[in-house]
Amino acid sequence: MKKVFSRTKALKPVPFHYCPGCGHSILHRLVAEVIEEMDLIDRAIGVPPAGCAVLAYNYFDVDMGEAPHGRGAAVATGIKRVLPDRLVFTYQGDGDIAAIGTAETIHAANRGEKITAIFVNNAVYGMTGGQMAPTSILGQVTTTTPRGRDSSREGFPINFTEVLARIKGTAYAARTSLHDPAHVLKTKRILRKAFEAQMGGLGFSVVEVLSPCPTNWKMSPPRAFEWVKEEMVKHYPLGVFKEIEGGSLAD
Amino acid sequence: MAGKIVINEGLCKGCILCVEFCPRGLIKPTKELNAKGYYVVVFESDDGECTACTLCAVICPEVAIEVYRE
Repeated sequence: MKKVFSRTKALKPVPFHYCPGCGHSILHRLVAEVIEEMDLIDRAIGVPPAGCAVLAYNYFDVDMGEAPHGRGAAVATGIKRVLPDRLVFTYQGDGDIAAIGTAETIHAANRGEKITAIFVNNAVYGMTGGQMAPTSILGQVTTTTPRGRDSSREGFPINFTEVLARIKGTAYAARTSLHDPAHVLKTKRILRKAFEAQMGGLGFSVVEVLSPCPTNWKMSPPRAFEWVKEEMVKHYPLGVFKEIEGGSLAD
Repeated sequence: MAGKIVINEGLCKGCILCVEFCPRGLIKPTKELNAKGYYVVVFESDDGECTACTLCAVICPEVAIEVYRE
């Protein structure tokens, strides 16, 4: 029999530390598969965040350089400017990119840095135990919003990718989800588009990925996947918000 | 088109997403524990039932499933 699905070479043969049903594990695999398919294993450099994915360098079999919390875009800027022929991507959670890293990310996009930000939105601070994140949806119960997030007290969930899409230096901005196999496959296609935008020298690219966190949402993995589909997608519409084809941003 | 899958029990964390998403219901949860203490799943298929559609492997967070096709 012919093998039609197996572990990509861009992932080390080690088990993930993530909880059962975590979206990070799926997304790690997708990123690694795209890197392998684009034949960039020797030329990819990743920048992991602070957060659950802080140990991402244990899994990707490509070069990785850890960033301080939120500073992925700044670290990636330095790497890409020194090594402009490499594929440089950050891998950041919602607390990392849309709270503490807001300034770095917006200005990296505004400078049109040729890097890709992979933004994992699970609507909660995962590693620290499930506190409200900027992306927690209204009514969502977290350890710091025990009666549900209320906009008059805690503000609104931030649609950060739409913000980045409005910035001139951004060449590609899209939001996708991992809530079923069809969307997992779509996420992979979108990641490839973002990497191609970077390697084509078009500018900053960002892919936001809605991702389940069964542990902190206190749900079974299948229920958490349903919750992404039923609740998160309402607040965070899926789609490609910006896509520049060829040419440069100055055109 | 016949297919089969091989589940790496050592990697399985019992999230049962493959059970949820197998269109033919060929993967079942068990009460068998692996070394890490997770309930593993088992693939049960008569010849030809599995089409090697790979949806279980696509959704498996642990990359614990390999898929084979005739």
